[in-house]
Amino acid sequence: MAERCAVIGVGQTKCASKRLDVSVAGLVREAALRALDDAGLTFADIDAVVIGKAPDMFEGVMMPELYLAPALGAVGKPMLRVHTAGSVGGSTALVAAHLVTAGIHQRVLTVAFEKQSDSDAMWALSVPQPFAAPLLAGAGGYFAPIIRAYMRRSGAPDHVGMKVAVKDRLHALKNPYAHLHLPDISMKVVEDSVVIWDPLHYLESCPSSDGAAAMVLGSEQAAAASQAATGRRPAWVHGMAMRSEPTMFAGRDQVNPQAGRDCAADVYRQAGVTKPRADFDCAEVYVPFSWYEPMWLENLGFCEEGQGWRLTDEGATSMDGGDIPWNCSGGVLSSNPIGASGMLRFLEVALQVRGEAGEHQVDGVRRALGQAYGGGSQFFAMWVLGTEKP
Amino acid sequence: MPAAPAPRQGRRPVAVVSFAQAPNVRRDTAHNEVELLLPVIGEVLGNLGITKDDIGFICSGSTDYLIGGPFSFVAALDAVGVWPPKSESHVEMDAAWALYEAWVRLQEGDVDTALVYGFGKSSMGDLGKILALQLDPYVMAPLWPDPVSLAALQARALLDHGLATERDFAEVAARSRRSALDNPKAQVAYDRSADDLLGEDYVVAPLRRHALPPLTDGAAAVMLAAGDRAFELCERPAWITGIDHRVETHALGARDLTSSPSTAKAAEVAGVSAGPVEVVELHAPFAPQELVLCRALGLPVDPTGAGSTSVNPSGGPLAANALMAGGLIRIGEAAARIIDGRVSRVVAHATSGPVLQQNLVAVLEGA
Repeated sequence: MAERCAVIGVGQTKCASKRLDVSVAGLVREAALRALDDAGLTFADIDAVVIGKAPDMFEGVMMPELYLAPALGAVGKPMLRVHTAGSVGGSTALVAAHLVTAGIHQRVLTVAFEKQSDSDAMWALSVPQPFAAPLLAGAGGYFAPIIRAYMRRSGAPDHVGMKVAVKDRLHALKNPYAHLHLPDISMKVVEDSVVIWDPLHYLESCPSSDGAAAMVLGSEQAAAASQAATGRRPAWVHGMAMRSEPTMFAGRDQVNPQAGRDCAADVYRQAGVTKPRADFDCAEVYVPFSWYEPMWLENLGFCEEGQGWRLTDEGATSMDGGDIPWNCSGGVLSSNPIGASGMLRFLEVALQVRGEAGEHQVDGVRRALGQAYGGGSQFFAMWVLGTEKP
Repeated sequence: MPAAPAPRQGRRPVAVVSFAQAPNVRRDTAHNEVELLLPVIGEVLGNLGITKDDIGFICSGSTDYLIGGPFSFVAALDAVGVWPPKSESHVEMDAAWALYEAWVRLQEGDVDTALVYGFGKSSMGDLGKILALQLDPYVMAPLWPDPVSLAALQARALLDHGLATERDFAEVAARSRRSALDNPKAQVAYDRSADDLLGEDYVVAPLRRHALPPLTDGAAAVMLAAGDRAFELCERPAWITGIDHRVETHALGARDLTSSPSTAKAAEVAGVSAGPVEVVELHAPFAPQELVLCRALGLPVDPTGAGSTSVNPSGGPLAANALMAGGLIRIGEAAARIIDGRVSRVVAHATSGPVLQQNLVAVLEGA
């Protein structure tokens, strides 16, 4: 990174199954205005806007950023639209951050959203394509066999996934923006929910949400100005990376993808992280289906391969006594506006590092990891934020 | 080693060092998007004698709405073969904006090369209906305004303000298609006079058939390289000395369609007026838009092409109009004229959205 970059403003909407009170423009503007307010800025202070979302068929609007330009104060400014599948919320933040680290802009507004109630994600993910095996089962249908492969490979007991489902929903009770608030969640409740994609129960799956996330990213100078104006400290970018690999080829390890491991290695090298479990105070990781927590614990190097399920089972990732709390916000299992889900991970670690996470704040966070993935576990975006100027 | 011209923006000179495009055709039923891209990416790397292992960053531009399914960029990535895994990104925009993202990424010094590509097959669906879905979903899309009708509104505004004549539109079309005779990748090329073209019927008044772009299946790729790496790969790199892009409001009723303030602003930031413009490649799918863009860029409005700036020597989008690749092709065509030594300073323009809502301008120079 040539120039320093920090998160200087954070804004998100309440996630819900149907946000019937707002249009798409109203939804993204709600998050954007909150982020600007948090940074002590207005649209006039912003140099460029970078927006991301998952497939356009999720709302039925082709390249909706064109229509959203005025709602995001982008008229007369540069505007970019990112789409990298499920990782897009993370990638969008990274594209915006690079505009600052490259020295092009001082203050960039980045926004990600999905208004899934405008369409049907299950349908949009399952449109038959020529010469491709029809999926017709949404993302869960794609990932369930990979989860089975992980269970077989690691020897993990059946209950570990349900444990994640309970833990993240308990975390969500501390986050007023989370979509799902399930105060009566328990292993029994999860187990009693219907199996929708073996081995996944209904409550081991993410919901379908309407929601948006926004951040203002600023240069060193912009960060100092915002801190002086608002009293809120910046969260500094210590490392950022993206990696992609093909969807399919013979011998590809979809359980523990190389692109995820490479991406983590890159971002850790930049941030000087050598022992992730010890070096991070918390992490927000894209876990749309319960079993992806133990799988990503391994992929991200928090433990040896095959041991991730033990960390989950021991409660290491719980806010309630765990040493590496994961997804204190409730994670994707509690809120899933798909295009924004990655940015919510990136945004939540900013909240943690700034000490602004409210009830789900982990004490004394100095450094935290945000991760998003997409496609067939093939697109990865990560960043490391810290309290110290890098 | 010669020195790169100092860029107006960014900290590091970045150049186009290679460009390739697929033949632009009306309907390519034999190749899917990956098959369309494979030879193009092979050529853009092969020109330089490098392989995918030499690529530091990848960025592409495309839209799911042409294929009618989600994630068209995911399958397209197989045309590169990102194994071992690569640092890669995608914009749901014309690939000219992917080039912008790659240009930004190359500023930081940790990577020196980037592959940019874009693709679009208009033949997969009814473009008139598809592009209507690009409009405000609450108040415009339900009326299904097709792109030809919107361009006709713009053309009518030009006529009503006395800024153009129907003959101007015909001269632009005649000159563009005549230029396209020298472009083996062009789809529509002919030598017909403006008088002849004015005899055509209106498609949507005041636009006659000649003022409309063809429907095209196509793909293109560009390799960027930064600093000394550009000179290692290419004898005469096309240095991007200025690049900027701006968006306007989406509300058609709030825009003056006879002007393009976003192009003017981008041109100012990119430094178009800082030197002579020998060649300009304009992403003006409809003939009247060339006149709007020339004014916005501060270039003489010259439909017959008699002036000192050569406008769309490739034939431009009137000769081939691959959606999502067309803007990148303008940059590639302009750069190619520097790489092959014909000229020293060119301007490339790309557009996105209904009737020039969003515009990108790049200035490229030889060392």
